[in-house]
Amino acid sequence: MNSSMFQPLHKYASLIHFYRLSKAASPWLAWCSVTLFVTGLIGGLWFAPADYQQGDSFRIIYVHVPSAWMSLFIYMTMAGAGAVALIWKIKLSEIVMRASASLGASFTFLALVTGSIWGKPMWGTWWVWDARLTSELILLFLYLGFMALQNAIEDRRVAARAGAVLVLIGAVNIPIIHYSVEWWNTLHQGPTVSKFDAPSIHIAMLIPLLLMVGAFMAYYAAILVVRVRTEILSYDRNTAWVRELVTAAPSRR
Amino acid sequence: MNEFFAMGGYGAYVWSAYGISAIVLTGNVLLSRRAERALLTRLAERYEGEAANDAKA
Repeated sequence: MNSSMFQPLHKYASLIHFYRLSKAASPWLAWCSVTLFVTGLIGGLWFAPADYQQGDSFRIIYVHVPSAWMSLFIYMTMAGAGAVALIWKIKLSEIVMRASASLGASFTFLALVTGSIWGKPMWGTWWVWDARLTSELILLFLYLGFMALQNAIEDRRVAARAGAVLVLIGAVNIPIIHYSVEWWNTLHQGPTVSKFDAPSIHIAMLIPLLLMVGAFMAYYAAILVVRVRTEILSYDRNTAWVRELVTAAPSRR
Repeated sequence: MNEFFAMGGYGAYVWSAYGISAIVLTGNVLLSRRAERALLTRLAERYEGEAANDAKA
């Protein structure tokens, strides 16, 4: 019945290896994220001076900008993993891609909602159909479309391949989002940080922002490893190594 | 302290943005951990059932 149980162990070596690694890395990633969140929030909400134009409303930047960056970063991660999955058919990259999607959607949602909340007092409107906002909304639909596709196709490997194609086609949207504030006239302000020669932001405002970006990155990594190893167990549920791991566990909790 | 929460008159905007972010981020943590535990429980039950069946046969 479980023919795969009797296949040689090395077939699963990379997944087993990742599983062990993730168990060791998990607490470190979690604490890293918590520490960065605490210091970033204290710096951003307390120590950073109010903006000379926007007053205290600018503090929304500390959740808005990291969310927006993560929405792009996770999509590029998925596109990279998707390309690897298509070319080399590596299971782990399929799993990383699938496990990232709902996190990417969460950050895109947050970027849109916190931007909207920031836009109301600053621009006088919750929403405007300009290039930056519209392309970010399309990104949300790409994530949701990917997730719907994964749910619609029963075979996980087929679903991953179809998803990879969708993600790679949708990747044209990424440079559009990034350059939208330069290519088109827009209500959205230009980049604050990425002008490396002279960032147009005070150092006491910038440090908390970098801490928050670090916090969001560590948060993504921490959740991703939990999701990936859950998916690994599910994938390999008919193998001896998962059976041994689960039955040897001291408690199920 | 009140001044801190007022955020120069932008308190409602600032705190709602942080509140929604906190809800979404915490929700992802809880869902991911619950999914992992649920799978471990499900697999443990399955393997126990199979072991019991094997013992019977």
